[in-house]
Amino acid sequence: MMTALNTLFLLLVALAVPGVINRVRARLAGRRGIRFLQHLYDLRLRLRKGAVYSRTTTALFRTAPSVYLGAAIVAALMIPVGDLRPLLAFEGDVVCLAYVLALGRFALILAAMDTGSAFEGMGASREALYGALVEPALMLAAGTLALATGCTSFARMFDPAALPGTQFAVVLLLLTYVLVKIVITESGRVPVDDPRTHLELTMIHEVMCLDYCGVDLAMIQLAGWLKTALFSLLAADTLAATCCLHWWAAAPLAVALTGISVGVVESTQARNKLARNTTYILTVAALAALAFFTGYLLRLNIGLA
Amino acid sequence: MNWYLTDNAAASVRLEDIPEVGYAEFYDDLSARLADGRYHVAHYFALPADDRLRFYCLLLDDAESKVLLASHSLEYYEETALPSLTALHPSLHPFERDIAERYGVRFDGMPWPKPLRFPHDRYDRSSTMDDYPFYTMKGGSLHEVNVGPIHAGIIEPGAFRFLCNGEEVLHLEIALGYQHRGVEALLAATGNRLRQMCLAEAVAGDSAVAHATALAEAIEKLSGRGCPPELACERTVALELERMAMQIADTGALSMDVGYQLGQVACEALRTMTINTTQAWCGNRFGKGLIRPGGTDHPLTAEKVRMIRENVREIARRYDEVRRDIKSSPSLLARFEECGAVPREEMQRIGGVGQAARASGLARDLRTTHPWPSYAGPRPHDPVIKRQGDVMARLMVRCREVLQSAEIIGKLLAEYDAAGTRPSPDYAAPLAPRSLSFGLVEGWRGETCHVAITDAEGGLAAVRIKDPSLHNWLALALAVRGEGISDFPICNKSFNLSYCGHDL
Repeated sequence: MMTALNTLFLLLVALAVPGVINRVRARLAGRRGIRFLQHLYDLRLRLRKGAVYSRTTTALFRTAPSVYLGAAIVAALMIPVGDLRPLLAFEGDVVCLAYVLALGRFALILAAMDTGSAFEGMGASREALYGALVEPALMLAAGTLALATGCTSFARMFDPAALPGTQFAVVLLLLTYVLVKIVITESGRVPVDDPRTHLELTMIHEVMCLDYCGVDLAMIQLAGWLKTALFSLLAADTLAATCCLHWWAAAPLAVALTGISVGVVESTQARNKLARNTTYILTVAALAALAFFTGYLLRLNIGLA
Repeated sequence: MNWYLTDNAAASVRLEDIPEVGYAEFYDDLSARLADGRYHVAHYFALPADDRLRFYCLLLDDAESKVLLASHSLEYYEETALPSLTALHPSLHPFERDIAERYGVRFDGMPWPKPLRFPHDRYDRSSTMDDYPFYTMKGGSLHEVNVGPIHAGIIEPGAFRFLCNGEEVLHLEIALGYQHRGVEALLAATGNRLRQMCLAEAVAGDSAVAHATALAEAIEKLSGRGCPPELACERTVALELERMAMQIADTGALSMDVGYQLGQVACEALRTMTINTTQAWCGNRFGKGLIRPGGTDHPLTAEKVRMIRENVREIARRYDEVRRDIKSSPSLLARFEECGAVPREEMQRIGGVGQAARASGLARDLRTTHPWPSYAGPRPHDPVIKRQGDVMARLMVRCREVLQSAEIIGKLLAEYDAAGTRPSPDYAAPLAPRSLSFGLVEGWRGETCHVAITDAEGGLAAVRIKDPSLHNWLALALAVRGEGISDFPICNKSFNLSYCGHDL
């Protein structure tokens, strides 16, 4: 029952976040904005369409969207919503999550290279670079959580019974900030990437998917939403862990955190120069390291006392 | 060497009054003059005359506000190659390439012997777009990225080929010609003056007023009809409105390209307001139908004057807020500053014009140096100049020019007499036979030049058009050298050059 609810909320968060982002952006621009569920109508439209494949591509290109979506689903199923239990939970799933996602990314990068297009090769190289850079940040953030709670499974980390003491609140707040930045990086939003741009030369994630259409594109998009939801939920869980770790707090918090922060940043800020993204992501990793060491010191202190 | 001295306000010139010199003399004198920064070539073209090919050159002297005319000629079937002036002064490259492409004239030592726009009546029909001779580079770490000719979005076609080392652009080559419609040939083929004006408006849709004014100027000089001050005032207001609209639109486009949504939507709204003002005046948002030789179909009434003044004041006020926001946003400054810089010396060498040249510290503004007869703005006009030559400088020139144009419009309309005489357009005025006249107008993009030549009966024998984009495309190629390939879009937008203005 709890796992079914957990999966349901996960899906709801994944489907709601793009709508909230659009709504926030439209409001800040002084517009009414598109329908809240427009992205779902678009998805339905894509699912009904057939696919066109370039003759230069191989099976690699056709399987990549399924692998990408599959990886995103498996990863998302490891994430608890507040005090609910996820479907997949085992010791060490923290590490597994990072590499399942990396597998999906790897498949998409190979598919982009498979097309032989100059654009997609460029996008693949960028995605590989920024993907590699964001990994330390993610691992440090997960490591800090593991350090604070003494568990290596997301399900047990966010178990209300195993919550770290209040002295860890500052670490958890810092981690939330780091995780929100990871959401922005992983879901390719401003200032790292711009999903709305039509300029192939500046794209990172979008340019890798230029040759996809119809069902394949729908799968890639759905995977993107799931990834965004999974990191948003991690951030929301971490924030909720400081006061009340319940599903009714964590799920709306995830939508609000990502929806509003992404919406506001996209309205008021320009994108980074591409070369500056490296610094941006490394700064996030540095903050994660700071959280880790603070957590370590706090842990040491407790041991002494 | 003997040049025919005239200026932008003088009447047309009889063809036989233009001195014809030998090429060697022309070559020596022009190359010596171009070494001096005060001169630049407004147009240099060839025309078949009887059994000869006659080359005309319009040289602008910015210091003395003079236009110098000279010509040289070649037997039509003469095969001798002329020493290339481009080798010494790269600013002449589009002119020599155009002459070579149309008439098969060979230029010796031409460093850039490539097709310019693939006109229908080109000399070598085997030279086609599909085998444009792109430069190539070899190397293990180099790769080519080809963008276009069909682009994402709604922009015009043009092929861009980047030679890159990773993310860094080593060289960008721009191949144009996809928008060639044969405007010059159409202009000469019709005797209908109204149709000619409509064609001029269609040379580049975003500079309809500038191009129409340039042709109207040329025709009025040929017909010897002056322009009453009220009409001059209306034309200047239309031109400045066009300038405001486009500079605002480009500010919005630059904001969009860096993902800055607030700047984008604010500028889009303001641009709409500006072009709607033009529409409320003449029925067309781009000012088509507004500029006609000898008169106007849309005289300003007291009400329209009030409407324009109020709108322009409001636009300037709101745009100034956007400008301040941009200048105070660190994330925007980080994108725009020190990006795509073209130093002054390079701009001078390649003959850059207009606002792009002014952003690099090159004070080229026809409103200051060569005001045309129907220009009613402040004299002398004070050009907006920045030194850095980067994207930010080009953006800031745009920002200042919007505010300056608003000020000019406000001043002109404050003193405007809505009861003054504004004749109806005159499409039948006879033109001086066998003469040459030109219209030089500073459009929002820069120097717009129309040269009209009449035959023995006083009909238009040929029109030669130059859009400022012709020079500035090369500036874009230089701007992205050494930049990241992902910064190309903002460099491109900061110039916003015309494809169809180049291709004609």
